[in-house]
Amino acid sequence: MVEQNPSLETLQDIKRMMERSSRFISLSGWSGVAAGVCALIGAWIANSKIEDYRSGSSGITLEGNGVSLINQLLIIAVSVLIAAVILAFLFTWLRTKKNRTKIWDPVARRLMWNTIFPLAVGGICIWRVLQIGAFTLVAPLCLVFYGLALLNGSRYTVGEVKYLGYGQILLGLLNLWLEGYGLYFWALGFGVLHILYGAMMWWKYER
Amino acid sequence: MMKNPIGNLNKIFDSRIRLGVMSILMVNEEISFNDLKTMMDVTDGNLASHLINLEENGFIKVHKGFIGRKTNTTYSITKAGEKAFKEHIDALENMIKGIK
Repeated sequence: MVEQNPSLETLQDIKRMMERSSRFISLSGWSGVAAGVCALIGAWIANSKIEDYRSGSSGITLEGNGVSLINQLLIIAVSVLIAAVILAFLFTWLRTKKNRTKIWDPVARRLMWNTIFPLAVGGICIWRVLQIGAFTLVAPLCLVFYGLALLNGSRYTVGEVKYLGYGQILLGLLNLWLEGYGLYFWALGFGVLHILYGAMMWWKYER
Repeated sequence: MMKNPIGNLNKIFDSRIRLGVMSILMVNEEISFNDLKTMMDVTDGNLASHLINLEENGFIKVHKGFIGRKTNTTYSITKAGEKAFKEHIDALENMIKGIK
């Protein structure tokens, strides 16, 4: 007969309360995979736009108002971001349903603030970089700030997020010196790393 | 001879709600009444009475503040509370070891 030890049960209770109150554990691996797929599609579209521009057949300019290459790329980037965030929310929401946990609890709030804050700071820096016209710095800075945001947020969710953060930062720093390969690094970081991370998380926790 | 481990178990932590509050406060510097309520899934009155009990025992500190006009009461653990909680966990551990 298996009899549950009451002391052990109490300790498990304590552990669960500590975990639930300090970490948002319902982040779904599928969220990572979906974000990665969005990023790869975005990078592919962006690449074809850049090739169009380089071949000169499209007749669009690099900068300026209206249909310029930079504006097109910005629209792609923002669309990718919106799609990735919506899908990430969707999969995590589905997981909270399954686990019967809340998606918007105090821990989720802390996780959001701790990732959005560094991202917003990064956004302002990149905005200024765009104004100055140092376009080769955009991709590395995206990766570095995103990596720092993940690192900061990892304290409030599954700890493995920090490895994803280190990966993004490493790619971003390399890209600072390998100028002109921004799109490839971007696809590698936001695309491939996300998919790898998401698949590993799914394998480990959700299977 | 082994000391009776049950003697070290703190009666105050018999209640699951009080134990839960202490667990949450061990890993969170400060937490509001409403957040505690959401995490514990209990009613206002029930939680309030347990919090008063913990406060009277000197295990938690209460900070009364305002956000605009609404009261915002937050709680944090005291040194004595931390010590009592750790002793309680040790006692639980010893009981498990004793059974083995």
